[in-house]
Amino acid sequence: MGDPLTLFAGIDVGASRTKVALIDSNKRLTGYAVEKSGVDFSKTAERCLKISLNMADAEKERIKYAVSSGYGRKNVPYSNETKTEIACHAKGCFHFFPEAITIVDIGGQDNKIIKLDDKGHRISFKMNRKCAAGTGAFLEEMSARLDIPLEDLNDLAAISTNMVKLGSYCTVFSGTEVLENIRNGKRIEDIVKGLFYSVIKRIVEMDSFSDKVVFTGGVVEHNPYMIEMAKEIFNKDILVPEHPQLTGAFGAAIYAMESVKA
Amino acid sequence: MAVEEKKVTIRRLKTAKDLGKFMADYYYELDDAVKSGKNKIAWCTSVGPAEILRGMGFLVYFPETHSAMLGTTRMATDLIPAANAIGYSPEICSYLTADIGAFIQGKTPLSKAFPGIESVPKPDVLVYNTNQCRDVQDWFAYYADKFNVPLVGVNSYRSVGEVTPSHTASIKMQLENMIEPLEKVAGRKFDMAVFKEAVRLSKECSDLWERVLATGSAKPAPLSFFDGTTLMGPAVVGRGTEAAIDCYNLLLEELEERVSAKIGVIDDEKFRLYWEGMPVWGRLSAHSKLFAGLGANVIASTYCSSWIFSALDPEDPFESMARAYTELFIVRDDDHKEKYIKEKIDFFKIDGIVYHNARTCPNNTNCLYGMPQRIENETGIPSLIIDGDLNDLRCLSDEQTKTNVEAFIEQLEENR
Ligand code: SF4
Repeated sequence: MGDPLTLFAGIDVGASRTKVALIDSNKRLTGYAVEKSGVDFSKTAERCLKISLNMADAEKERIKYAVSSGYGRKNVPYSNETKTEIACHAKGCFHFFPEAITIVDIGGQDNKIIKLDDKGHRISFKMNRKCAAGTGAFLEEMSARLDIPLEDLNDLAAISTNMVKLGSYCTVFSGTEVLENIRNGKRIEDIVKGLFYSVIKRIVEMDSFSDKVVFTGGVVEHNPYMIEMAKEIFNKDILVPEHPQLTGAFGAAIYAMESVKA
Repeated sequence: MAVEEKKVTIRRLKTAKDLGKFMADYYYELDDAVKSGKNKIAWCTSVGPAEILRGMGFLVYFPETHSAMLGTTRMATDLIPAANAIGYSPEICSYLTADIGAFIQGKTPLSKAFPGIESVPKPDVLVYNTNQCRDVQDWFAYYADKFNVPLVGVNSYRSVGEVTPSHTASIKMQLENMIEPLEKVAGRKFDMAVFKEAVRLSKECSDLWERVLATGSAKPAPLSFFDGTTLMGPAVVGRGTEAAIDCYNLLLEELEERVSAKIGVIDDEKFRLYWEGMPVWGRLSAHSKLFAGLGANVIASTYCSSWIFSALDPEDPFESMARAYTELFIVRDDDHKEKYIKEKIDFFKIDGIVYHNARTCPNNTNCLYGMPQRIENETGIPSLIIDGDLNDLRCLSDEQTKTNVEAFIEQLEENR
């Protein structure tokens, strides 16, 4: 048992959202925040820290070590060390599911697939490439085209009874396909489910998967129905940590704790 | 405080200057030949039949080297669209599109690098070998039309397993058939003795270059892949000449000194990596710093070894050229390529492989048909694929490359 007052901070500055997680010496989550990363990563990271400290009812001085991660990992003023988001997601997920797993992280701008062995060692990783297809950005673009608020997508997909399958794997082509389906009188909820389906399909194409699959990231945090669909497509149970969007930040915080111990 | 970027030391080779001088002399000689009309000029593909051309007194210019300069000077990305606009797709070889784009816009990096040179040397003949790809033929056909000069070439095999006598017989015949049209352009007879001498010099250059690259097996490695991409200049444009051999003797001496003094390119060589695919020319320095900053040295590559022609034999010049230019990695099937890479992994004591998925050159890209997975399964050596391109910087994301490389090194570190 460490000093109960000591805190460790993990900061995951993603291209779309910044996440901060504070943990204590027992790896308990004491405070966290998720904000749009915006254009000033440093400011956002500061703001997220403040919110997290408020939640933890703690002063900044109690943070013994901070590890930052994500695209803006080098822009965090109070960070002591950086790690890639791949390492942090792996660390965070293995904490919740300490076994051989394949992690699927659907982020705002990219997807990651990370394979761990039963000791938590990384066997391989892949990040999606070149285009927005299958990421949060794809859903954002489509919600704008359909003129539906992003937060309504999940409930719409869930009531679909006759999903429209979208064939293309390019965001621009998918956009055209969506318009065509609207013209042909297809129901919005069926199109939205089709969008979810295509996000999962892009993931399936990226790699092979081990027995246990863990989904993380903002997209599944806000669209839990996607997990239900993934279960069917993968034909297996899908594991999801309590705060799927925070896994990277949580992992970074564990790294922070280990750095102090090491 | 935000985490500071680490300062990295990358030790430069003294001989790089001599090699730089070699390249300057080479381009000035070509320029002079055009201005004075002293020599005829043949344009040749990088693994084309240069020795035959030397055997006829041609000065040989290699457009691919020019394209690589368009890449390193980062002029390529702005020039490629000009070629796209006349029908050469952004999806095809960005050496071709950059070079044709430069031609359309009347630009060349040569004039900045070598004051006094205003343009690329005008060709009298264009000579290709499709052993590397079909793009070179299309590329040269464009210039044959623009300059109204003959186009001759070898139509080679692709995906070759074992190189058999039937392969070499056909290539040999095509090489021999080139002589007559080339004689017409050269205005002189083919000289067997000069040709044999060119093959002998080429072989000597190739052997030296092979020894240069092999010094990378030392720990720490005295050179990197990034050094190799510029040091290979004489092996590409100067094979068949004495001057190239002189360069590599000097270079080898310096590298051997480094090896015996245990001086590496970087101070702390924690990981030794193999690069499979083309360099990203516009990011040579950035990539070399990126890896060095993580304690990783990319010490060997398939690419730099492409100018090793072990089969060349001056006593049997046509047959041995046919063999040497068909035995190349790029010409071979995946079985051969995998065996080759596995041998390199052992020889250079490699910890990880980086595959460059070059968008516009599938011919030099070997991560599209399951090879990384197969090699990883067999050897246990992990690999990373980075998306990019040789010349078209629109096809890459620096941030993604950086994250991928950092994450890969973290993985190697964690699994040590
Ligand atoms: S091998 Fe690739 S880079 Fe070289 S000329 Fe052919 S397509 Fe272009």
